[in-house]
Amino acid sequence: MKYEALPRTGQESAMSDRRGAHAVLAFAMVAGAAWLLAAPLAASLVVGVGAAFFTWIAGAASGEPAALVPAPVVDLPDRTQEVIDAVDDALLIIERQRITYANHAARRLFGAERVEGDYRLALRHPVAADLIASDRETGDPVEIAGLGDADRRWVMSVRHVEGGAKLVTLRDRTDSWIAERMRVDFVANASHELRTPLATILGFIETLNEGRAVEDTAIRQRFLGIMMGEAKRMQQLVDDLISLSRIEADRFSVPQTPLALGPVIEEVAGVIRSGLREGGDRIELAIESAPEVRADRVQIGQLLHNLIGNAIKYGRPATPIRVALDQAQGRVRLRITDQGEGISPEHLPRLTERFYRVDAGRSRSVGGTGLGLAIVKHIAERHRATLDIESKVGVGTTVTVTFPVISRESLS
Amino acid sequence: MATGHTVKAFDEDLGQLRALISEMGGRAEAAITGALEALVNRDLESAARIVEGDRKIDELEAEVERQVVRLIALRAPMADDLREVLAALKIAGVVERMGDYAKNIAKRISLLQETRGMEALAVLPPMGKIATEMVRNVLDAFVLRDAEAAVAVAARDKAVDDFYNSLFRTLLTYMMENPHNITASTHLLFIAKNIERIGDHATNVAEMVYFAATGKQMAERTKGEDSLAGDR
Repeated sequence: MKYEALPRTGQESAMSDRRGAHAVLAFAMVAGAAWLLAAPLAASLVVGVGAAFFTWIAGAASGEPAALVPAPVVDLPDRTQEVIDAVDDALLIIERQRITYANHAARRLFGAERVEGDYRLALRHPVAADLIASDRETGDPVEIAGLGDADRRWVMSVRHVEGGAKLVTLRDRTDSWIAERMRVDFVANASHELRTPLATILGFIETLNEGRAVEDTAIRQRFLGIMMGEAKRMQQLVDDLISLSRIEADRFSVPQTPLALGPVIEEVAGVIRSGLREGGDRIELAIESAPEVRADRVQIGQLLHNLIGNAIKYGRPATPIRVALDQAQGRVRLRITDQGEGISPEHLPRLTERFYRVDAGRSRSVGGTGLGLAIVKHIAERHRATLDIESKVGVGTTVTVTFPVISRESLS
Repeated sequence: MATGHTVKAFDEDLGQLRALISEMGGRAEAAITGALEALVNRDLESAARIVEGDRKIDELEAEVERQVVRLIALRAPMADDLREVLAALKIAGVVERMGDYAKNIAKRISLLQETRGMEALAVLPPMGKIATEMVRNVLDAFVLRDAEAAVAVAARDKAVDDFYNSLFRTLLTYMMENPHNITASTHLLFIAKNIERIGDHATNVAEMVYFAATGKQMAERTKGEDSLAGDR
């Protein structure tokens, strides 16, 4: 069955009457500011009306000594609306189940349509519904998950305003919640990454301990080789964790020593070339003259090691890896380009997260701790440099680190 | 928001009805999210709270029914108003069912204390996440009378069904591998089925929201393969 919509009669919407809200709001603000205003008001009355009236008004309106009351800089009541609209927390005033006022933040959170009408259309969360329905005020603010967006966290408080209205405040706590979750994840990930090689080592020790394998030299050598590899992986991870925490610890102290990046690049490339059993000639350098930057030599070396190492791991075998240094828009630009499978766009924002892997299985086979890019990001941040990763699937990836040059005043 | 009625009280009644549905939906949504969280954390306490909280959803459904009967009797709604009132009545019934599924999941948590390390357990949260998002989005569509959003919700049901089918196979393999796993696997299978039904019901609500908003039936969605058939 189908119904045709009938045109409605054009009547004033019952929902749009906000005068009540303004009245309550103004009352709440005015009540707070009343004693502030009492003194100048009284003073003007002295001139206009007379001393007798003044004594009465001063006695009635203000218990404070008049001399201590500062004159208001702005005329607050006229600006109440703007002031409250500008508050970052979402504020709602609810009168008899209906939202009668919502500030900008609240309208952004719920959408303009939903804050006109019953509060339950906007605030669906059971905890919120129970709190507002009851006649209690919140003591401590209550935590609420998933208002507006499923992954956001809020704290809510309900306060009673005179005249039976309720003031609901919602403060966004998503950031601190995410930080806390990242900390927990980091500990869990780090211990997991440490435990995996340890389990392998323990397993082989047990096997070697049983005796028969020890007699066969070939098998023993193989086992010891695996154990060595796993132990090195653990060592690498511990080293990375230590350098990560060290870089983080002095992230506020910008390096002071002027450093030419060209020679450092050549040195690191040389070390990597000699360390590669095959394909050492894959690294191509294109170093142009560039001014010195303030940098920590060891950390720049680490940054280069990690980025060139990644390019070697994820570039296609026998394809060139280009390391370029030049000047762009008055800044020193370092670019490392590989020709590999590339990274799809959805992974790009998360690449510098600790232990984030685009493809867990593959990363495991090529080695690596999952901390390389996190370290690069922190080093770049400490040098006030910008890190930019561009990638095309099927073509390759370019990592660009742009350093600020040393300004002339700071040199002298 | 449409223009109001000559009788303002009618608008208020309709608003009250929508608010009740919204609150019911919010509670069901929270129950589903909570049940899945409690399942992953084996949190028996919050599971018990969810079972208890279902009573409130039932009360709200009864309240919606009372309101609808009263509204039809007193105001004789027409056209889009009538569609909205009827949709509210039907949606309330469906949301109540969703609450029951959440309760059912919560009740099984105490029976699942020995499933640590079962792979299937890792698949349930992402499946549940899609289903809860569907519920959440369909409630938003209802509140905003947004027919397009409702269509988008219905389109996601396929993903939940696919999850269910793959879980069905996984769990069946578990049971065949080791008869000790049968009890736990069966409970997990029921939980997966409950989540799958929540997705279906969210789709039903989407259809009602669409109808209430436009007066037309949503185009029939293409049915995937029969999820009951499983491994053939």
